[in-house]
Amino acid sequence: MKHDQRHDRALPGWPAGLLGRLADFLDDRTGYRALLHEALYERVPGGARWRYVWGSTLVFAFMTQVITGLVLWSSYSAGAQTAWESVYYIQHEMAGGWLLRGIHHVMAQAMVVLLALHLLQVVIDGAYRAPREVNFWLGLVLMMLVLGMALTGYLLPWDQKGYWATRVATNLAGLVPFVGPSLQQLVVGGPDYGHHTLTRFFALHAGFLPATLVAMLVVHLALFRKHGLCAKEPLVRPDAMFWPDQVLKDAVAMLAVMAVVLGVILMPALRAMLEGRPIVPGELGAELGAPADPSQPYAAARPEWYFLFLFQFLKVFEGWGATGEFFGAIVVPGLIMGVMFLMPIIGRWQLGHRFNVAFTLGLLAGVGLLTAMATNEDYAAIWADRAAFADVEKLLEETGNDPARIEAHFGGDKAALAAFETRAKKLDRIRHSQSFLDAVTEAKAAAARAVELAGRPERIPPTGALDLVRNDAFSQGPRLFAQHCGSCHAHVAPSSPDAPSLEAKASAANLHGFGTAAWARGLLDPARVGGPGYFGNTAHKEGDMVSFVRGDLADADEWKPADVEAVIAALAAEAGFPPADVPPAVVAEGRSLIADGERCGSCHRYGPKDTDPVDAPDLTGWGTREWLVGIITDPTHERFYGGSNDRMPRFGVAQDGAAPPLTRRQIELVADWLRGEWYRGAAHAQARH
Amino acid sequence: MPGPMRTHAPLDKAQAASRRGALAKLAAFLAGGLATLPPLVAGAWTFLDPLRRRGAAAAFLPVTDVASVPDDGLPRQFAVVAERVDAWTGFAAEPIGAVYLRREKGSSTVEALSATCPHAGCFVEMEPQERCFRCPCHNSRFTLDGGIVAPSPSPRAMDGLECRVGKNGEVAVKWQNFYTGIAEKMARP
Repeated sequence: MKHDQRHDRALPGWPAGLLGRLADFLDDRTGYRALLHEALYERVPGGARWRYVWGSTLVFAFMTQVITGLVLWSSYSAGAQTAWESVYYIQHEMAGGWLLRGIHHVMAQAMVVLLALHLLQVVIDGAYRAPREVNFWLGLVLMMLVLGMALTGYLLPWDQKGYWATRVATNLAGLVPFVGPSLQQLVVGGPDYGHHTLTRFFALHAGFLPATLVAMLVVHLALFRKHGLCAKEPLVRPDAMFWPDQVLKDAVAMLAVMAVVLGVILMPALRAMLEGRPIVPGELGAELGAPADPSQPYAAARPEWYFLFLFQFLKVFEGWGATGEFFGAIVVPGLIMGVMFLMPIIGRWQLGHRFNVAFTLGLLAGVGLLTAMATNEDYAAIWADRAAFADVEKLLEETGNDPARIEAHFGGDKAALAAFETRAKKLDRIRHSQSFLDAVTEAKAAAARAVELAGRPERIPPTGALDLVRNDAFSQGPRLFAQHCGSCHAHVAPSSPDAPSLEAKASAANLHGFGTAAWARGLLDPARVGGPGYFGNTAHKEGDMVSFVRGDLADADEWKPADVEAVIAALAAEAGFPPADVPPAVVAEGRSLIADGERCGSCHRYGPKDTDPVDAPDLTGWGTREWLVGIITDPTHERFYGGSNDRMPRFGVAQDGAAPPLTRRQIELVADWLRGEWYRGAAHAQARH
Repeated sequence: MPGPMRTHAPLDKAQAASRRGALAKLAAFLAGGLATLPPLVAGAWTFLDPLRRRGAAAAFLPVTDVASVPDDGLPRQFAVVAERVDAWTGFAAEPIGAVYLRREKGSSTVEALSATCPHAGCFVEMEPQERCFRCPCHNSRFTLDGGIVAPSPSPRAMDGLECRVGKNGEVAVKWQNFYTGIAEKMARP
């Protein structure tokens, strides 16, 4: 059919003359009008309808991903020392990077939702039936390609979240019979995760998968046009043309999708605005976790929400080992995909079509249920009333969770025991959820810290951001302290409500604020020196220091309160934290009291004095970084406790041929952390301790 | 395949429908355009980010000491070492480029030439046998003091750099890049 449309389709309001002639010139050489006509003037039986918009919104979503993805590509660097760093740069430093990445990230999720809706609409409308079977199969392949792009994209920022989720996903790929291990090694790009995992995932994400998708999409659309729209009976309105009726509905749907995507990105900004907090663009849009660290556990690891159902489904097979995982991750999803591929054939019969609809609805319901279960397991602690389980918690603690003792507690009351056990299980779930929530909070803090470090004026070293985190006292101090020091020492602000119980559990001094005047004041307080915050739980409980503070120091005739204050100020000044409101003369007075052979100097050495070794720590440079590194390295050194060292290990000294428990650098990190010395960005200028 | 719906009214008749159609077309354009705008705007915004970036300000960088520049009039190549920031990476002091330094017999002043060819930015090489500079890319030749040897693809002589000799003989060069391919020596911002 020949359409003569010269001039008559010039844009309304445009001068017909020149533009019209230009259009004619182009049309003569390209025949674009016929093409455009072919594309736009497709008959829509029964008129335009909202239920037909899903395919178009998916194409729109994909185009959005292509546009944003290409620009992201122009700033992304796939490599173990550059992936996180370049994404950090996009998210936090490049103009509009947060919005670009946010759109790409949220649209990917929208695409999964739109896929489900498109599939549902196609199945319900029976649009897979002859002659459209091939197109349905193409659609299923397209769906898997989109999911594959979602999976591969998750790793690219090389943050803790993506890294651990991908480890799980690739390990599952290793369960495929026969070829599994080779498949896994191919995907990972070698025996271990690193540069080639990223380059390969990136090539898959931005090359192989989208190229395949485009090819399939072209055929999918061509076949769609060949067979025409599968109209939903009954047709209540007259036929219409694709343009403009259906296009208008499609465009409105696209706009709605984009509005939702932008809404998700901008919602936190709105919330911040309403709460009067400053809006930090880098915190909007897609999250960026802390840099991937194979040496740090990541309890907050979860797949993206649309894969949560699979994650939860695998839990069903817990206890079955690899067989269970193989069954849950490969056999069942394979069977489901198999049924879906057979739908056009099953659907030839009316009953088969009903089965298909029921199967799809059931599948989506199952996915929804599993997702809800996974969410509930993770977040139950938010809405659960843990206080209601206080008695259960108390009994579990009292009995040390020993079943025999619990049974004894209830005597022969089977019903009470059963009720208790049910509640104990519930409590266990709340505890699990709480530890997940704590891990999420911790992960967020670690991510914020990594971003703060990356923003230092010195920028990120060529060794990558992980190196920054690993050498950061603020990040590593608490971990190292908990691992090596926390089994004896407490580290809790004395004003905290938890302080008494934590100090009571500890078997050595509370080191919170060590080196400050506040800490020194507690040490020289007759009421506290023998308490659990200082020497109370150590071998020095009845030692010379405790008896000195309780005796001599408490005696106002021997030690005037002003002298004690001067010593406190001098100690803090020694550590490098001189109290602001104390005049230098008082500090000098304190120093001379410390050095006085009749006072502190009778046990402690201070300054360059040649005296015999004493079993009390040298107070020269007390609390400084160097002093702390020294005592942690070797408390039995004659400069510190010598032979009277209680139980503190020599963390920096090799013993019995084994390497020292801590490296010099690790000891420095602990010392810096105890002293509150770490990089503070503008957003993080928090007070010491 | 079921037959087309012939029973429904033909589409292209009604006049009122055409006005409604024009409105629908406009609305479709607007809605579609508006929906496509965010990725385009965000993309362009981020893509243009490099235009906001400025290089490090030209500064005198220590290169060597006067004793290391023989006073025989022959240029010697020296690395310029500086701390450098590349997008997110901060590099500790490392070679960031090279300069040629030369000193006339008995002179205490040092002349510095940028090693970047003013023609197209290649690295100009020193040819000791021929006692001249030669660019390996397009064969621009320069005399030992950087003067142009005609005919030359290069539109100007080699770019001289400001050079200072400190009290203790330390040589510092003002590290700058210039636009290439033009007759005028113009510093890049």
